[in-house]
Amino acid sequence: MPIISMRNVSKFFGEFQALKNVSLDVALGERVVVCGPSGSGKSTLIRCINRLELHEVGEIVIDGTTLTNKPSDLEKISSTVGMVFQQFNLFPHLTVMDNLCLGPRRVLGLSEEQAQERAMKYLNRIQIPEQAEKFPRQLSGGQQQRAAIARSLCMEPRVLLFDEPTSALDPEMIAEVLDVMTELASSSITMIVVTHEMGFARRVADRMVFMDKGEIVEIGVPEDVFTAPKSKRFGTFLNQILNH
Amino acid sequence: MTRLLILIPALLMLSGCANNWGWYVVDPTTTSGWNNLKFMANGAYYTITMSVTAIIISVVVGLLVTLPGLSKKRGWRMFNRTYVEIVRSVPVLVLILWVYYGLPALSGITLNVFWAGVFALALSDSAFQAEVFRAGIQSISRGQYEAAQSISLNYRDTMRYVILPQAIRRILPALGNQLVYMMKMSSLVSVIGLQELTRAANELVVTEYRPLEIYTILVLEYLVLILIVSAGVRWLERRLKTSDA
Ligand SMILES: Nc1ncnc2c1ncn2[C@@H]1O[C@H](COP(=O)(O)OP(=O)(O)OP(=O)(O)O)[C@@H](O)[C@H]1O
Ligand SMILES: [Mg+2]
Repeated sequence: MPIISMRNVSKFFGEFQALKNVSLDVALGERVVVCGPSGSGKSTLIRCINRLELHEVGEIVIDGTTLTNKPSDLEKISSTVGMVFQQFNLFPHLTVMDNLCLGPRRVLGLSEEQAQERAMKYLNRIQIPEQAEKFPRQLSGGQQQRAAIARSLCMEPRVLLFDEPTSALDPEMIAEVLDVMTELASSSITMIVVTHEMGFARRVADRMVFMDKGEIVEIGVPEDVFTAPKSKRFGTFLNQILNH
Repeated sequence: MTRLLILIPALLMLSGCANNWGWYVVDPTTTSGWNNLKFMANGAYYTITMSVTAIIISVVVGLLVTLPGLSKKRGWRMFNRTYVEIVRSVPVLVLILWVYYGLPALSGITLNVFWAGVFALALSDSAFQAEVFRAGIQSISRGQYEAAQSISLNYRDTMRYVILPQAIRRILPALGNQLVYMMKMSSLVSVIGLQELTRAANELVVTEYRPLEIYTILVLEYLVLILIVSAGVRWLERRLKTSDA
């Protein structure tokens, strides 16, 4: 059974249709990379999965729970799905350690000791244990994004969503974040990553999803897609970003 | 600023020599002057306790009024707007009179002058606090709410641990201004007879008949109080800033 299953999902912003009849199954442990031109609905797609946006039409089933638009859904999926944002969105008034401990303490009910132990485990994993007591703005962009990844991991979600996690970073910091994500991909966590880092996609993705104008135009494994995409639109898109 | 504090009375004293002022009424070297000064300074007790109590209450009430104002539901927002518009449009003095003389007739609840003053000041100020809080909370980016939601914090915890701590840092200067404003507004409570700074000065003027000197001292009393408050607020601001700089 897929951990995420979207059936004919449509999403409207007023009159504007941001998702058109989107269907996508993601298996447990699978790593999916989503790409497509700006405004094609990539963010909207993953934001519908973790309920930052509510869809109007179709069905989204996460880990056996069908999402309706009731607030109680949020609680049901919340421990299953985590999210990493383009702008990191760390809490600026809290230290890195406190950023990481907040969820485990308040939501999972861990003791302070347990929460800190868990936080250190993930800070070690993303290789910034020495930054624990610093505030976000004292960290480099790459370190902030890694801390944000660790904050998500502390909730031990089964699915982790990434919305362009490296596009707000200076070029020299992109690699360190991608390295952390590549390392993550070797674990059992399910990942859906919106990114234009095609090197990363080639290395890590089990499947690639190409979106355009609110539709999923093509889904394929990286080898096929990079050698010969089926649709012309995907071909043009790949050409553009690979040659630029 | 401290220099100014010394300069003003010094100048007044000097001019007093030429203009036949009567600084003796507040001359600390004489027994009666010293007693008069003490009498005036004692008013500070009520000015301070009343303003501080009122600001605490008005911050809490202001926050309680703000939150429905941020709701998606129209009814809640209407409640917020109605409260703010009505309370904000009543002059503080009128509110004080109404609470002290009107409320007992209406409800049978009689408040003593202190609590009537606190209640009226807090009520009046809460509408402003609500607006200050609203601006502060709305200045926090949507990403913060989304991050909180992505780690499954509920509404209460999101507000308590993520939004409000950041909002309060941003509105601290405005809160400081409100406290200063409150200290000045508290002088109006003298009309219902609370022995705060202004009332004390008024009573002394009646017996000593030296309004110029006594009111000058009164001005200085407020000046000192408010400088202390401003310094305190700045200190707090710096402290909060360095803790997450
Ligand atoms: N809250 C919103 N209100 C109105 N329109 C929106 C909203 N969010 C997104 N849209 C519109 O929906 C479309 C898809 O947006 P989305 O953010 O999902 O695109 P994207 O593929 O992530 O693009 P980008 O690469 O620029 O991030 C865009 O045309 C956008 O303008
Ligand atoms: Mg996007």
